[in-house]
Amino acid sequence: MVVSLKVNGDKHEVDVPEWTPLLWVIRDELKLTGTKFGCGVASCGACTVHADGQPVRSCQTYVEDVVNSNITTIEGVSSKVAKIVHKAWNELNVAQCGYCQSGQIMSAIGLLSENPKPSIEEIDNYMSGNVCRCATYQRIRSAIQLAAKNLEG
Amino acid sequence: MSIKLSRRTFLKTASATASATLLVGFKSGRLLAASDHIGEFTPFVRIASSGTVTAVIKHFECGQGAATGLSTLIAEEMNMPLDLIEIEFAPADKEKYANLLFGAQGTGGSTAMANSFMQYRTAGAAAREMLISAAAQEWGVSANTVKLNNGQLSSGENNAPIGDFVALATQLKVPAEPRLKDPAKFTLIGNPNTNRRDSGPKTDGTAKYAMDIHLDGQVVAVLLRSPRFGGTLISVDDSAAQDVPGFIRTVMLPTKTGAIVYAQNTWSAFQSRDAISAEWDFSNADNRSSDQIKSDLLSAVNRKAEFDAKGTPAIAAQGLENASQVISKEFFLPYLAHSPMEPLTCTIAPTKNGVILYDGCQMPSGAQAVLSAVLKIPTDNIEVKTLYAGGTFGRRATMTGDYHVEASLAFALNGGKTPVKLVWSREDDIKGGYYRPAVVHKVTVGINEEGRIVSWDHRVAGKPIFKGSPWESFLVEDGVDASSVEGARDTLYEIDGHYVGLTDDKSSITVNWWRSVGHSHTAFVMESMMDLVAEAVDQDPIEYRLSYLKSGTDDQKRLGGVLDLVASNSGWNEPLTDGRHRGVAAHKSFGSYVAQVVEVSGDIENGVVIEKVVCAVDCGIAVNPDIVVSQMESAIGYGIGHVMRNEITFTDGEVDQWNFPDYEPLRIHDIKAIETHIVPSALPPTGVGEPGTPPSGPALANAIAGMGTRVTHLPMVSNGVNFA
Repeated sequence: MVVSLKVNGDKHEVDVPEWTPLLWVIRDELKLTGTKFGCGVASCGACTVHADGQPVRSCQTYVEDVVNSNITTIEGVSSKVAKIVHKAWNELNVAQCGYCQSGQIMSAIGLLSENPKPSIEEIDNYMSGNVCRCATYQRIRSAIQLAAKNLEG
Repeated sequence: MSIKLSRRTFLKTASATASATLLVGFKSGRLLAASDHIGEFTPFVRIASSGTVTAVIKHFECGQGAATGLSTLIAEEMNMPLDLIEIEFAPADKEKYANLLFGAQGTGGSTAMANSFMQYRTAGAAAREMLISAAAQEWGVSANTVKLNNGQLSSGENNAPIGDFVALATQLKVPAEPRLKDPAKFTLIGNPNTNRRDSGPKTDGTAKYAMDIHLDGQVVAVLLRSPRFGGTLISVDDSAAQDVPGFIRTVMLPTKTGAIVYAQNTWSAFQSRDAISAEWDFSNADNRSSDQIKSDLLSAVNRKAEFDAKGTPAIAAQGLENASQVISKEFFLPYLAHSPMEPLTCTIAPTKNGVILYDGCQMPSGAQAVLSAVLKIPTDNIEVKTLYAGGTFGRRATMTGDYHVEASLAFALNGGKTPVKLVWSREDDIKGGYYRPAVVHKVTVGINEEGRIVSWDHRVAGKPIFKGSPWESFLVEDGVDASSVEGARDTLYEIDGHYVGLTDDKSSITVNWWRSVGHSHTAFVMESMMDLVAEAVDQDPIEYRLSYLKSGTDDQKRLGGVLDLVASNSGWNEPLTDGRHRGVAAHKSFGSYVAQVVEVSGDIENGVVIEKVVCAVDCGIAVNPDIVVSQMESAIGYGIGHVMRNEITFTDGEVDQWNFPDYEPLRIHDIKAIETHIVPSALPPTGVGEPGTPPSGPALANAIAGMGTRVTHLPMVSNGVNFA
């Protein structure tokens, strides 16, 4: 079926079965490859995108459920929070292999957008669905704290 | 270790056109030549007349920082800011871009910096001298008045960007022995504020991985593999797959190991495969369950060993006669999957005279050989485009080149005219073998009345990794596979009555090197035993370890050095907060020395909390200290996560685990803090990607032992140890 999707502000018409996961439409149809495939079962967060500003796992989001949503991928984030998060990530050299980091950043933006001053426990709670096999967790935590500090200023 | 480059000759090549490019690198062999064609030597640095400097990186980048580290060496010698150096991964060419420690082009064994340090510095220094000579000639001044800084050449009133002198530099003779920068003048090497070069693209989604390749007309291939190792395919029924949109067809592999499922895109491929049923022949498979595998390994360490890896059983038995106390423990370390974040994938596409492989390629020359053998194309016609790798931990390089074989077959059986992208799912990754082998150790230690070890009888049983592979000739000796005993037979502790015996396991379950290889199990055993002995003789675990490092070899001093450093930074000699426990471990691997102290709180029943890991590392000169720190953090997380709760188990030969929900990775809340201290050193750089892993597990086990549970059979959760 032909589905109309709004991704990063642009309308796209794609011809896919309605039960296709959003992840595969984003990656294989729209070729927005910043959103990653890690597990396919919403257990690692590498595929995290925003639907109307809320982080969702695109591998377990069916395309028919988001036809009326504004989808934002890592390529399309541009808010003040997003810029501050990116800067903190680069300043602290968070990324190693980097494959999970799009998803980490999409979650971090989600966290700071709803809670600009998270405690360490709140960071750990919110980010616990995002796996990093390089175990960059300590720097993810520090980068979120740094971003929170820079958001204040 | 020092790397000698004396038999390699510098070369540069020239193209005297307006858009000249200066290439500087090495030529193998003894022939001296001042200039040559590009094809006959190895460029490590390329300078365009636009002034752009490109470092050609012979190692892949899997997160370990090789791209940043190697370009730092060029930048340092050329007095350039690192940000101005472009990074390019080298093409596949084992003659030119060989790892000097392997003789093949590849990354592994934490050797990227160790084998390249002098090569890249020398290339950068030669480029600097040639540009300076060109400017001196142009300006009619003496070369020693010319300075090169930030991409600008200057002498007195003269000042111009390097690009202006590239054409002239290409006409000059390459210096035979360029003068390397005095380490006292390093501004980038050793600077803790030198940032990674790949952070930008890895945070804005633009970094390209093999999984991100989409070529016009490509089809996606996934494999239906035997659910048991060693099974063969009898038949497939893909009638239900015909209804899956995008399904193309199924082809049984001529090797009978499975079938290839072709589809228009990734999702279709996965859906199609799920719809296919298959009949298998398991008569030659390993059909055992985990209990049987474990008991077979346990029985192997309780009889005469197949091979003596160090000493003889008689030496240990003799020592035991003088023992007043004996401690004997059996250890079990399970099969483990690597599970890099990016599942395995690569794409093969046709070119004019051969093919191109798009891959996060860990062993380009190995991949080339595999493609060449399967596709019957000469290696010269096989191009390798190396992309960022989404982690490896060893998995992207196997003895058999498993996923390259699969991709080659998928390409060939599809006609060889269109691009084929091979994709593994996470389930494929977890069930797909090439695991860290399951290993059992039994150690019997005799202690005399003075509390000294007089006998150490150490039996190991596990499947060898190198045997039967091209590495066998230098990693297997007298039947002893290094991967089974490294870190145990060559322990730096001076132990009397030391015997190490080995029995090979002959399962068809495929095994592979896994971050730190043999050290991933031997360190756990050695460092758990040292703690048990120290406890039995009522001595401080660090002091007791140091007492076995007293002969004064460099190795012993450096291991002792990291133990001292970790002791002072972990508050080892200060009292603990109530309810907390500490554990220590130290180990040498890949040329580096690492000691760690883990501090825990909570309790076994309601949940252990890993409060802090303090790490001390001696890896020679730390080219990029922040990357060294990040590699320690990574290696500790990797080691501890698996020791806490991971294992691959089998029921009637089939892997029980499925995906991350039951092969649960380390998560952000699992370790509260990690602190790393680097030993200042001017010695040549050694490994950092792996050496942080071996001590992390035993340090945790030694801390948890203080809570009343000594874990010797991993993972910890299978011993009733809960984590908060």
